[in-house]
Amino acid sequence: MNSPSSNGHVALEVNRLNFYYGSSKALADITMRVPTRKITAIIGPSGCGKSTFLRCFNRMNDLIPGTRLEGEVVYHGENLYTPDVDPAEVRRRIGMVFQKPNPFPKSIYENIAYGPRINGFKGNRDELVERTLRQAALWDEVKDKLKESGLSLSGGQQQRLCIARALAVEPEVILMDEPCSALDPIATLKIEDLMRELVQNYTIIIVTHNMQQAARVSDYTAMMMLTDDRKSGTVIEFDDSNMIFTRPKDKRTEDYVTGRFG
Amino acid sequence: MSVTALRDQAFEKRLAARKRNGRLFEVICLLAIIFGMFMLLLLFIDIATDGLAWLRPQLFSEFPSRFPEESGLRSALQGTLWLILVTGLIAFPIGVGAAIYLEEYAPDNRLTRFIEVNISNLAGVPSIIYGLLGLAIFVRELELGRSVLAGALTMSLVILPTIIVASREAIRAVPRSLRQASFALGATKWQTVRNHVLPYAMPGMLTGLILSMSRAIGETAPLITIGALTYIRFDLSGPLDLFTVLPIQIFNWISLPQKEFHDVAAAGIIILLAVLLTMNAAAIYLRNRLQMRWQDL
Repeated sequence: MNSPSSNGHVALEVNRLNFYYGSSKALADITMRVPTRKITAIIGPSGCGKSTFLRCFNRMNDLIPGTRLEGEVVYHGENLYTPDVDPAEVRRRIGMVFQKPNPFPKSIYENIAYGPRINGFKGNRDELVERTLRQAALWDEVKDKLKESGLSLSGGQQQRLCIARALAVEPEVILMDEPCSALDPIATLKIEDLMRELVQNYTIIIVTHNMQQAARVSDYTAMMMLTDDRKSGTVIEFDDSNMIFTRPKDKRTEDYVTGRFG
Repeated sequence: MSVTALRDQAFEKRLAARKRNGRLFEVICLLAIIFGMFMLLLLFIDIATDGLAWLRPQLFSEFPSRFPEESGLRSALQGTLWLILVTGLIAFPIGVGAAIYLEEYAPDNRLTRFIEVNISNLAGVPSIIYGLLGLAIFVRELELGRSVLAGALTMSLVILPTIIVASREAIRAVPRSLRQASFALGATKWQTVRNHVLPYAMPGMLTGLILSMSRAIGETAPLITIGALTYIRFDLSGPLDLFTVLPIQIFNWISLPQKEFHDVAAAGIIILLAVLLTMNAAAIYLRNRLQMRWQDL
């Protein structure tokens, strides 16, 4: 169930992953392979651990005291959770965009330039800023006001700024945690177009509550649910998005995507 | 019970009573603030009637003297300025450092909680206790004598708890999303703290510093304990000199029998108040200015 039909390259491989907040098990026994340069959507009802799972990919959960992970997340042949792997290095390679746009309270230029600077970028900064903003389809809107605060932009622009910021450190994978939930439909559409654009060069994993969005943008979809004891979440089905949304194998997935539940 | 009409007499009666209670409370609160303001005003009028006539250039240019008309605050003003400056230089870095450690690095265990509770407790310790500590350690043990440095170190102890608590509040007010954004770009903890947490928390921390320093200006007990003098007839030239401060000088004048000295003391109080107000105004200005940089919207 956890290996979609395609036999392309695998960007991230999750093996028998369990995750704990203190003593309560939040994620149980997840195994799946995230394909390279595809959009993988994670869907499922509230509270089933989608965001927690997403944050396992770049070790953002490390920032929460009292959390623990069992199993492996393999990236380029290496388990991200071996002791000698530095989370900062992981996060540089696997970027993240958050639910609510969270630009730094600095200029638009600085928002982009910050990541490369702390990671020791030596090249031409102006060029990098322009390239990244173009990639995020934001350049034309902000090229005349790079010195203005990132917070002066609209919500949708702020979110694209955050995507640009993530791109600036040249990651291979971008994690998106409900990136459109705070945006209006037009801004949402722009982000979705942007994702289709970016997937040519990046592997994208997106958590979304919006089923249409998952169906529209994603190549693959992982369906998450609480386990039978209703305590921890797990992936119950992972497949081509077409399959998930038209001919799901699991009854629970079918109920969820057809809106009969959740 | 079904509602048959919009107007319900019983309800309207109760509503009138509820509104009356609201107004009553409003009046009580108003009286409270009038009382506070009135006492302040009274105090100020009292001081102003005695002291305004003595607000002369000599007050700033003269050292203390046996003759009231030749008495001035020159050495006390210098002492106060030196003391605040050195105290701030010592207390701010230490206080902010402690706050950063407690908020960002300290493990969540018994020892940390013990320290946290006791920092809050220290803020309530009478300042004369710090004076005794300063006398034993800085004046005697470290042989700093009754110098500005010994005074500033002692005063740093007095205000450190306040600075730590204020700085921790300021750090805690930094939005979590901001930290996450930084970490998600591969920033280390120190980079996140230095580039985002500290700048964002700075206005709050500076406000804490200035407010606690304005407390330090008015403190007398710890400085008397370490033996700051009252009769200094030379200019301060460095942190190792003997010194006095405004409140000690004022206290000294008030304890003299001559009426004229009491009036000079009143003038001194006006100066002290002016310094305090200036510092508080600076705190507010600084805070607003720095905050504006963050809330461009």
